[in-house]
Amino acid sequence: MSFLGFLDGLGGPHVRDGVIHLVVVLASVHALAAVTAIHVPHIRYLAILPEIVMLGGAVLLLGVASLSDRPVRMSVTTVGTVVISGASMGLAWWQWADVRQHGPFTTVAGAVVTDGFSALIAILASTAMLLTALVGDGYLRREGVEGPEFHVLAMVSASGAMIMGQANDLIVIFLGLEIMSIALYVLAALNPRRATSGEAALKYFVLGSFSSAIFVYGIALTYGATGGTNLAHLTSYLSTHALSSNGVLLAGMGLLLVGFGFKVAAVPFHMWTPDVYQGAPSPVTGFMAAIAKAGGFAALLRVFVSSFGTLRPDWRPIVYVIAIVTLVVGAGLAVVQRDVKRMLAYSSINHAGFVLLGLQAADARGVSAALYYVFTYSFMVIGSFAVVTLLGRSGDVGHDIAGYRALARRQPVLALAFAVLLLAQAGVPFTTGFLAKLQVVAAVVDAHSAPLGFVAMGSAAIAAFFYLRVAVLMYTPRRPRWVPPGREIVFDPIVGPQASTAAREGSGVSGQAEPEIAPGGSLDGGTAEGAVATVPRTLAELRLWSGSERTVAVVERLNADLLIDREAEAVEDGAGGRRVRVPPAAIVAIGICIAVTVVFGIVPGPLVDFTHHSTLLLLR
Amino acid sequence: MSIPGSWYLILAAVLFTIGALGLLVRRNVLVMFMCIELMLNAANLTFVTFARMLHDIGGQAVVFFVLVVAAAEVVVGLGIVVAIFRRRTSATADDLHILKG
Repeated sequence: MSFLGFLDGLGGPHVRDGVIHLVVVLASVHALAAVTAIHVPHIRYLAILPEIVMLGGAVLLLGVASLSDRPVRMSVTTVGTVVISGASMGLAWWQWADVRQHGPFTTVAGAVVTDGFSALIAILASTAMLLTALVGDGYLRREGVEGPEFHVLAMVSASGAMIMGQANDLIVIFLGLEIMSIALYVLAALNPRRATSGEAALKYFVLGSFSSAIFVYGIALTYGATGGTNLAHLTSYLSTHALSSNGVLLAGMGLLLVGFGFKVAAVPFHMWTPDVYQGAPSPVTGFMAAIAKAGGFAALLRVFVSSFGTLRPDWRPIVYVIAIVTLVVGAGLAVVQRDVKRMLAYSSINHAGFVLLGLQAADARGVSAALYYVFTYSFMVIGSFAVVTLLGRSGDVGHDIAGYRALARRQPVLALAFAVLLLAQAGVPFTTGFLAKLQVVAAVVDAHSAPLGFVAMGSAAIAAFFYLRVAVLMYTPRRPRWVPPGREIVFDPIVGPQASTAAREGSGVSGQAEPEIAPGGSLDGGTAEGAVATVPRTLAELRLWSGSERTVAVVERLNADLLIDREAEAVEDGAGGRRVRVPPAAIVAIGICIAVTVVFGIVPGPLVDFTHHSTLLLLR
Repeated sequence: MSIPGSWYLILAAVLFTIGALGLLVRRNVLVMFMCIELMLNAANLTFVTFARMLHDIGGQAVVFFVLVVAAAEVVVGLGIVVAIFRRRTSATADDLHILKG
């Protein structure tokens, strides 16, 4: 009792009693805990290591940037992001090899699954992150919004998509969805200098939250009907209970489909897509298109094909209709767009329709085709938006399609890259786009939904039109515009050569005289002074007015030159206006996208096998 | 007196519908946020009711996840709203229509 004696000496009997009391309480708590031990589920951390690396890397990067005295240099952030995404990708590949050898497994009390499907989505998300880091680097420098936020938020978003791929519980899917989406809302608002950026973010946020709420309600109803949210539980419960006419379950399933439909931009839940794709910063748009589709379709396929598999007769007709509407609306509205980003937004809706074909087929072949489509589309869309990013001038404006005219003359490499990516999206043979479309259509025809296949091919034909239009426009030389009679440019003695009033108002060209093209020789100053009231407006008037055919000829030549200049000036506002500087990082990113698109288009074997094996590992 | 579980479910469905309609009808961003909250909490009520009916604690645990997500969503949403409406220095009709209610 020397310890108690020590306490007595220290503070008297009060302290001694207090300590004894504390020991007694602790002992009783311990005894209670031994009786009712809380069983913590076993967690295989290796299974969730890609997410941990991605999310931990994001936190690390943000912490370093916040705690360092000087602003972290852009190159450091980008290299850090590339290393983190590369590590995550490596781990995902390792997982894939591991699953292939030892089979899939679940962990965290069955809430997380590691199979080929999840590994493929993790590989896709980390690759998309890596490419976006490279594209975003140049963008952030150009826009002067350098900082770690872009990369950090994108990494958080990518980890959300990975979680959606690995989720084996509706709640985990919801958490992944939200981690992905909330980061994307902020990313859309990233550029504070663009008003459209904020507006896009607000629209995305409101409609995204709306879809999330619908999704949660769908989970709640599914939970009520089946008594659990775990996908394995759903599968076994639905295979042992005939619930195909249970209203609550069907309502829950429908709401889940609506929630997913919003995320993957399926018609009629696509309203946000054009605005958000156009308004968000261009690299963010490419990333969003890749990541949101990857995560959304991963969870959609897993939930519907795997868990709601026994309810196929209920949901396949719904998906049939949604797929048709998505295909037609996406392709049809893309044709009439004048903004490249908006056109690509509608084209992404069209692509979502194609992936839905894989879901509609609802078998191993369909899932494999859908996975292949999502995987290859990510590279195409990130590459396309990388080119659009580069061509957008400072401020990320000027994405008018007209501005792409004659791009090939100024930037042949960039034009070629964009043409290849657009043709791949159109589904031209020897690209992955062709194989992707071929596989989904084949799957849906095999699944006895041939009309859907015909609609898809029809929409692909429409889609080919608007992709080819941009591609052809880039290789079309610039020509002077046709000038209607009576609107020619005439010599104005006051302000020099300029368009006549109507043309001047129409085009907004200022009438500034260029000194060397003011041929004052044939008109003496005296007449010019007196001619103010009767300025000739057409060539015929000029001929009468000056009485000199030579003046008319000079003015006619000026006329043609000036029109060409004015055309150039109008295009200056667009993407093709002048040569843009292409940062090396963006070249690497676009190069990887094109390499994947073309190489696996010519040698399809490895990638097709990859998605096929991933699917077999999902359906086990 | 005991209230049947279905009453709670109906109440939740009504709340969810009010939220959804409000989101589609109202033009004020803050009211739209409130409608989203209403929808999420209707889902929460459904979860708790089903958890009680099924004697399963899982549904009640889910509510905490949804609450956290809702809080995170509102933080981001209000941040976006502040970022947008700080840009607008002039008292345009847009600003007024935002604050109208």
